[in-house]
Amino acid sequence: MAELMLKSALQSDARKRRRNRADRRFKWYGFTALVLAMAFLVFFFIDIIGKGLPAFQQAEMLVQVSYSEAVKDNYNLALDKISRKLVSRSWLRTIPMMLEDHPELVGTTSEEWVVTDYHIDQFLKGHEGHGLIEKDQKLVEKLCEEGKIKLAFNSGFFTHGDSKMPENAGILASAIGSVLVLLLTMLVAVPIGVMTAIYLEEFAPDNRFTQLIEVNINNLAAIPSILYGLLGLAIFINFMGVPRSSALAGGLTLALMTLPIIIIATRAALRAVPETIREAAYGLGASNLQTVWDHVLPLAKPGILTGAIIGLAQAMGETAPLLIVGMMAYIPEAPHSILEATTVLPAQVYTWSGESIRAFEERTAAGIMVLLAVLLSMNALAVRLRNRSETNW
Amino acid sequence: MTISTIFMLFFGGLIPLMLMAYWLARGKAIRLAVEGKGAGTRLHSLPSFHGWYAAIWISLPALASGFLFSVLHLSGLLEVPGPMLLASSFLLAASGLWMGMQHITLDFRARQAVEKVMRGMLFAAATISILTTIGIVLSVVFESIRFFKVISFWDFITGTKWQPDTAFLIGAGRDTTGVAPPLFGSVPVFAGTFMITAIAMLVAVPVGLFSAIYMSEYASFRVRGRLKPMLEILAGIPTVVYGFFAAITISPIVVKVAHAFGLEASYTNALAPGLIMGVMIIPFVSSLSDDVIRAVPQSLRDGSLALGMTKAETIRHIVLPAAMPGIVSAFLLAMSRAIGETMIVVMAAGLRPNLTMNPLEGMTTVTVKIVEALTGDQEFDSAFTLAAFALGLVLLMVTLTLNIVSTIVVRKFKQRYE
Repeated sequence: MAELMLKSALQSDARKRRRNRADRRFKWYGFTALVLAMAFLVFFFIDIIGKGLPAFQQAEMLVQVSYSEAVKDNYNLALDKISRKLVSRSWLRTIPMMLEDHPELVGTTSEEWVVTDYHIDQFLKGHEGHGLIEKDQKLVEKLCEEGKIKLAFNSGFFTHGDSKMPENAGILASAIGSVLVLLLTMLVAVPIGVMTAIYLEEFAPDNRFTQLIEVNINNLAAIPSILYGLLGLAIFINFMGVPRSSALAGGLTLALMTLPIIIIATRAALRAVPETIREAAYGLGASNLQTVWDHVLPLAKPGILTGAIIGLAQAMGETAPLLIVGMMAYIPEAPHSILEATTVLPAQVYTWSGESIRAFEERTAAGIMVLLAVLLSMNALAVRLRNRSETNW
Repeated sequence: MTISTIFMLFFGGLIPLMLMAYWLARGKAIRLAVEGKGAGTRLHSLPSFHGWYAAIWISLPALASGFLFSVLHLSGLLEVPGPMLLASSFLLAASGLWMGMQHITLDFRARQAVEKVMRGMLFAAATISILTTIGIVLSVVFESIRFFKVISFWDFITGTKWQPDTAFLIGAGRDTTGVAPPLFGSVPVFAGTFMITAIAMLVAVPVGLFSAIYMSEYASFRVRGRLKPMLEILAGIPTVVYGFFAAITISPIVVKVAHAFGLEASYTNALAPGLIMGVMIIPFVSSLSDDVIRAVPQSLRDGSLALGMTKAETIRHIVLPAAMPGIVSAFLLAMSRAIGETMIVVMAAGLRPNLTMNPLEGMTTVTVKIVEALTGDQEFDSAFTLAAFALGLVLLMVTLTLNIVSTIVVRKFKQRYE
């Protein structure tokens, strides 16, 4: 008898241990999943930063520039034979134009730091496939020792538009395009979104039509963004005649895409304002609209702002619908109006990533770094706003 | 006069006029109350409402006429020269202002009138979302109909060869004798989409679900507060960035790893975009699953633990089955994201439709084909570009179905525990 009890106790003990092990294992699965996701994030950021960081530096070369009359017709004459080969052609080409603007320079010589050809830049950064021929490699190494070639901060990346030559390509035009498009998106989507949310939350009767709008908004939020591009192409461009590739077409398309996000966030913010606030306003004789305008909206403002920022951040990173409305054109100059062809930061990243010259790869990564920095700060701002304004009613 | 200058003049003129009308009417209302016939009696509405009333009277007729003219212009019924449009609009505005000013009396109910218009505007804003949906559906359907006039629907759905290269000849009305007819069999395109989506789900479902279980059942409140925003960064990274990462970093790794196992992998393999897309949709799975798991009543857990179950057994046998509908709807939502995702596949997957089960080969997706067809410099009338809209129609129907099913399932779930 005693033996039997001991046996069953041992058995149940073994089973208990097994179950406890399974218990620990299960928790460990969950932990591993999270660690995997985080590890990906870390790997991702290290990879992008590692690829993009070199692009913030650019090889420059000290050259003797002689601005003679002949340079106006043949810019090659401005430099001696050796340095002519090494500097960026995109800079050389601008010399005659600069002389037109500053005729007083003709006849003078000066010593200037000039952006070099991208092969030299890539060679100095030690990138594979820099494509610099052996003879020039020696020359560059010698010039480096003399201090005539160095890596300096790449200010051109922030002050130039797109270019076919990697050493001259920058994000200025696309950044301005992004700002224009985002402004338009904001001007259209935020008022309409907030008004829709106010209507649904505060005024709408509970009928079939209201339900239809609600279901519809939830569906719109989940429709793939590329379909908004098809809408923009068919309605805004082909039907309404908005110019293709323009900031207006892109802004309107993104506005429709952002609308559901803003509506959903605003409704949540309005719902969070307690009913007692409204009743107090009614009690003092305020009308429905006065209550909303003077009491509910001010209290819901931080929540609405948070939603708007998150929606706009998403619009800013969006590319697919913009490709469809044509915003992937080669745009070297910043746009002057919302009807001109424009590109945006993500679209610039996309076009650069398709370039065959390897030197564009680091610029793509650098553009991504700028884009991510802006988006992450927008999101951080939204989170801060939300945390600061969280009220316990 | 270009359209943009007309626009500028129209709104540049209207806004100062509105301000003017506001101050005029407000002043009149105040004067009435202070020095007019009924001095000393109260106005029915605040003076500012009278001001708004006049501002509405000046702007609405002008906006309506401007809108009418643009609609006529767009539909090609009537070409109105810019100056005429502006003149007539401002004339209407002036007469509107005159009308509005006439209405202002001591006991005029300006507030009610203004609120009625405001309500109308709120309602109009709400209908824009409906118009957006109608716009999407119409734009896709109309062009698709044009496409199916050229290519039979049956060939599109069941064909296994996608070779649209000669379509532009037909579009240009060129002689097509001796040229192979264009083929728009979409099966390989859909197969590629489902392959990449399946890979993405294989990544996102386990990682997302276990993350959600850990966050909702094991992690402390503070840890959860930290982890959730971190996970959501994954959804906030632009897809074009993921696309670059998949194409430049992950694809070569996949090729190398496959090579180490003695397998041939293409640089445009389906695995790299699939994996990255899976990472992208992890937050969609985890956030929603986390919410529904936390919505399962604590009493169920307590009951199970009281019967001697371990925590893992409680989660597996009690919590997860209870939360299952919600979790499934999270999967469906994530799946619809993956199907509609564009940039990752455009940048990392191939262009060539390929009917294969091997994820190491290059294959293409619906969204890639849409982008390819609409970003070239093809004429909009050729079957090649119209095919994009037909693919878009299928995409719309599939994602809509997934969303609607997911919404219904999650609503049923919430009703059960409320």
